[in-house]
Order: sequence, then structure tokens, then C-alpha cells
Amino acid sequence: MAETTAAHYDAHGDHAHAHHDDHHTPGFFARWFLSTNHKDIGTLYLIFAIVAGIIGGAISGVMRLELAEPGMQYLPVWAGGNIDAAYHMWNAFITAHGLIMVFFMVMPAMIGGFGNWFVPIMIGAPDMAFPRMNNISFWLIIPAFLLLLASMFVEGPAGFNGAGTGWTVYPTLSTSGHPGPAVDLAIFSLHLAGASSILGAINFITTIFNMRAPGMTLHKMPLFVWSVLVTAWLLLLSLPVLAGAITMMLTDRNFGTTFFDPAGGGDPILYQHLFWFFGHPEVYIMILPGFGIVSQVVATFSRKPAFGYLGMAYAMVAIGFIGFIVWAHHMYTVGLDVNVKLYFTAATMIIAVPTGIKIFSWIATMWGGSISFETPMLWAIGFIIMFTLGGVTGVVLSNAGVDTIMHDTYYVVAHFHYVLSLGAVFALFAGFYYWFPKMSGRMYNEVLGKLHFWVFFIGVNVMFFPMHFLGQDGMPRRYPDYPDAFAYWNHIASLGYVIMAVGMVFFFVNVIISLIGGKKAADNPWGEGATTLEWTLSSPPPFHQFETLPEIK
Amino acid sequence: MSGERSIRRTGLIAGGVAVAMLGLAYASVPLYRLFCQVTGFGGTTMRVDESAAPNAVNKVIKVRFDANVAPGLAWTFKPVQTQATVRIGERKMAFYQATNLTDKPITGMATYNVSPDTAGGYFMKIHCFCFDQQTLQPGETVDMPVSYYIDPAILEDASARRIDEITLSYTFFPQEEETNKTAANTAVKAADGTQG
Repeated sequence: MAETTAAHYDAHGDHAHAHHDDHHTPGFFARWFLSTNHKDIGTLYLIFAIVAGIIGGAISGVMRLELAEPGMQYLPVWAGGNIDAAYHMWNAFITAHGLIMVFFMVMPAMIGGFGNWFVPIMIGAPDMAFPRMNNISFWLIIPAFLLLLASMFVEGPAGFNGAGTGWTVYPTLSTSGHPGPAVDLAIFSLHLAGASSILGAINFITTIFNMRAPGMTLHKMPLFVWSVLVTAWLLLLSLPVLAGAITMMLTDRNFGTTFFDPAGGGDPILYQHLFWFFGHPEVYIMILPGFGIVSQVVATFSRKPAFGYLGMAYAMVAIGFIGFIVWAHHMYTVGLDVNVKLYFTAATMIIAVPTGIKIFSWIATMWGGSISFETPMLWAIGFIIMFTLGGVTGVVLSNAGVDTIMHDTYYVVAHFHYVLSLGAVFALFAGFYYWFPKMSGRMYNEVLGKLHFWVFFIGVNVMFFPMHFLGQDGMPRRYPDYPDAFAYWNHIASLGYVIMAVGMVFFFVNVIISLIGGKKAADNPWGEGATTLEWTLSSPPPFHQFETLPEIK
Repeated sequence: MSGERSIRRTGLIAGGVAVAMLGLAYASVPLYRLFCQVTGFGGTTMRVDESAAPNAVNKVIKVRFDANVAPGLAWTFKPVQTQATVRIGERKMAFYQATNLTDKPITGMATYNVSPDTAGGYFMKIHCFCFDQQTLQPGETVDMPVSYYIDPAILEDASARRIDEITLSYTFFPQEEETNKTAANTAVKAADGTQG
């Protein structure tokens, strides 16, 4: 990785700009609503992701509340005593939870937030390649989110409100099963969010290929930049396929086409192929920037460069490539031929190889390092452990034979929450604490940060680990009610949610008191291990950085 | 930093990739249909012409017949015989019977496949009512034939040679006039919605 000389660019950021900045920083409205500054847009994305995360997290709280004991306790009350309306409300909740967390929490935070903030700085660029397009990307995601929320309040199935289709929006449930406009609004929401992400991806690719500082070769780029580059390519190649699939569904629903309707010679299974051709790369889109964040954090707090830099970079490229040729492992139960299942099983298992390279390299980075356990490092180590656990259950599920039993059980729910809710989210928190001093100019409270980590860690494990048992016992996902036999572990899981929620209180308190009264952060609060370019700038960085390009040796 | 021009070029190439992938999504619709027709994927049966009649071999398979009517089509539709025992390679004919229960002429078209899926590539249809639209006059009842044989090549396929029972299934869907189509679709959707 690039060994940059910290002191060298300092002067520029600090003194020369102090006066300059006041001069150039626009007023409130122009700065936050017409922003073309990558750091400001990154901040907007992070705020948006936190708001969406609160909404998505609150919905999952309602779900855990209803699942805390067998029977229907709460939803029927809210649905006015109508049990069918209560069941549909559940479906609408799981759909909203999935879509919000995927499209409006993890992706905006990882790519729009940290990507915007730190990719240009880390490669020594003054801003993104297309600053105004960056602004469009952000302002597309707001109406997208509003459309999704609006869809919960208009008719979906006859007589009920909201799209209860699951985040996968499979036909025929989402076509003939939802005649009302709720699904149309959800489709428009995904269109806008998709357009936003595609524009963002074009911006990142162009920036990384063209705007690296002198000496910053591709093979010297920090691993976080590599991770965003691979992610941007995945977005560019997969999102248009989703856009095509949901547009076909839109015309099937409203204009009499029959892409997925057997009455006109269409095939509902084709939608599943198209969806998962997008959907599988999508799960890597959510986790790859997390890989990059964890690589930076682990190297910083081990005070060693990342072990096996090239292997780490190309492992991400390999994961991205293989991610496109394994989609049907989400569809083992649609009636695939045994030889097709054989291929998809083998191809899926191969992903464990580059993933293993990454995990062993993180461990090797720590090995013999001068490790200190500040909050970001705790989250990064937590990420490695939890992501490995989720990866192991992924290898179990990759077997077509095993998956035929496990498909749509809570085992799958446990698996993808271990890689996302304990994987991607842990990486997000690692990045948030790691870069909080840089972004805000103030240190966070270390005690509250550690409390947040430990309480959250215990909470999510108590919540999600029992789901492995429930799944192995055959509890199907996507139901608001269950037989008494599943009561014990469901109760434990719901208690886990409460613990997790308490952990989040520490997070919000920490953010608020640190922003108000946190200690001023030094340019580089993390010491010699933090070698990337953002630590050569002031905290927070000047409104425009690198007007003279840094040179990387 | 390599200048405005290369930035614009990279941006346009990346945008072009996105547009190409969108095109590929639409291209996948005919490609997927072609793939199923060629390989028999998902139980898609094969269509052959009269001349291609192989020699029958001395092994039998039981063929079962299944019939379904999509919601919104006021027909009864059932197989005349529920099953038949056929020698592999032997040409056979089966009949389905459909009745229009309304006082209007109605046009329908049947979709079809076989189970298990792997048998699709070996189930050869020479003539079938499912190749064309069928119009039934008010109250009319018709017997509709399908003539078929099972390709002896099934005995050489490791994943299909142990099959001793194949189910041939049809589902009749209404084919409205173009003008009525959207309205009728909505009606069907509403009917489905209340069930779901």
C-alpha cells in the first residue's frame, strides 16, 4: 500500500486554506441543497442512511415484538381487528424492512457516504469526476425513499394497504396478487434508487481511473478504494438488469405485456433469474466496501500495512466476478436440473476461496502487529468473527441438497443477517468510528463507543444465533405466527433485539455529545498506522483539498 | 489526472455499459425462451414433424394426463383418459375434452410442460391442440388431440433413463381480443386479489 508522507501536505490543508475556506464556503442552502462537494454529499448520504436505518430498525422492532410469543398479539390491534389485514401488514413490514435496509441504509452509507467522503481524498483528488452528477445521485435517493414509504399507505392487494411482496417482488404475487398501486410505487422507488446508484457508480469508476494523484498507481491505491472500484463495477453491471426486470413487471401490471405471465407465454421463473442476476452481486455490493473499511481499520490499529495487499485487492475482483455466475443458488427449489444445481453448488462454494484469502490476510495483518483496541478496531474484529460465521452457514446453504431442506427457513434468515446485520453493519460502525474524528473534527467518546460495541455485539448475537436453531427445526421465514414449539428461541431472539436497541442508545448519545462537546481531533488521531492520505489533511478537511496535487512515492 | 477528455470518455464508456446491461435484460426474454425450447429445460416439450418417427423399443413408460383452467376462463377442460402405457418410440394419440360454459364464443390457448423436468427434451409432440389458439362456440364441447412419442434417446440420458412415469400437463388461458384485454386482466387480477 502507498506509504505517504504525512507532514508534506499538511501545510496546505491547514494554514494556506484557513482564510481561503471562509471565502469559498457557500451559504447553508447552497451548501447542503445544491452541493457539489464530495464531502458534503457524503455527509448528506450518512445522515440519510442513519434516518433510514432508524425507520428500518424500528420496523424490525415491531416484527420482533410480534414474534416474541406465539399467536397474533399486536398486528391485529393495529389492523383494526381484521386478522387478514394483520397478516398483510406483516408482509408489508418485512418488505419495507428488507428494501429500506438494503437500498436506503447499507448502500447509501457504504458507497454514498464513506465512498464519497474518502475515495477522492485517498487517491489524492480534489473532488469526484462529475460533482453535479454526484448531487443528482443524492437527490434521487430522497424521492425514491419517499415513494417506498408512500407505497405502504396505498392499496396493494384488494382491500389492504402496502406491498407485501418481500424485497424480491416475485410475480405472480406482485402482479396478479397486488392489483393496487402499492407495487407500482415500490417499482418506481427502485427505479430511482437504481438510477442514483448507477450514476454514482459511473462517477466512482471515472474518478478512480482518471483522477489519481501523480504516483498513485492502481496497485498503490488503498484497499478501500479498490473495494469501491469493484463495487461500482458490480453496480454498473447488475442494477440495469434489475431495472429491466422491474420495468417488465411494470408493463405486465399496467400495459398488458406478458413477460412473466404464462397466459401470454411468459414465465414467472424468468423474473427470478433476472432478479437474482442482480440480487447476488447486490449482496457483494453491500459487503465489499465493508471489506475495504475493515482492511484500513485493521492495518491502522495493528500498525502494519495490510498483509498480502495484491491478494486482498484481487480477491475482491474475484469475488465480484464469481458473484455474477452463482445467482441460481437462490432458486434451488424452482425445479432446476440436477446438473444445473451441481454447477451452481460448486461455483458458489468457490467463492469461499477468495473470501478465505481476505479473512486470513486480515488475521495475518494483525499477527505480530502492535495492536490497540480502540472502538473501530473492536468493530473490525467483531466483523471478521461474525462475517466468518455467516460465511460458514453460507457454505452450508450453497449445497443444493441441503438448501432444499433449508430454503425459506430461519436458517437462511440467520445466515444473511450474520453477513449483513453483523457483517456489513459492523463494518459501517468500524468506518464510522474510524473516520468520525476526520469528518467532524471532534473525537468520539471512547467509553460510550466501547459500550455501544459490546452491548450491540451481545444483542445481535442473542437475536440472530437462535435463528439457526429455529431454521434447523423447520420454522419458515416470512410468517408473523408460529407453533408453540418455536416459542422458546423466538422469545430469546426478541430479547436480543432489546439488548441491541439499548446498544444503539449509546451510539446516538455518543454522536450527539461528541458533535457538541467532543475533544478537538488531531489531523491524525490514530498514529503511525494510519498511512492513507485523509490523515495528512486537517480534521475536518478543508472545503477543497489538494489544490496542489500530492505526490505519492 | 489525465484531463477532461479522458474523464468524459471513461464516463461515457461506463454509461454505455449500463445501457448495454439494460439491453441484455430485455434480450434475455427471447434467449430464455429459445434456451428452454432447445434444451427442454424446465420440462419444455419438443415439437417434431410427421416424418420423424423412430422405431419403438421394448420398454414402456406410463404417461399421465393433467388439465387445468386458469381463473377467468369459463371452460371445463379435462383429459379423456387419465393415463396411458406407451412403448418408448411408439406414436400415440391422446384426447382432451373442453366445454365452453358460456353463451359467448371464447378463444383460449394452452401452455404445457411435463414433469419430471428432465423428460421435457424427450417428449416429442407431432400434433397438438396447444400449438394453436382454440375457439369454442357457446356451449360447444370439443375433443382435442395430441399425438406424441417418447424419444428412445431418453434411455441414453443418465439423468432421465430411470424415469418410468411422465405427467403431461396443460393449462388453458383465455385469449381476449386486444381491446378487451386490459379490462379483463384487471378483472382477473381483482378476482385473484380477493382470494389471496
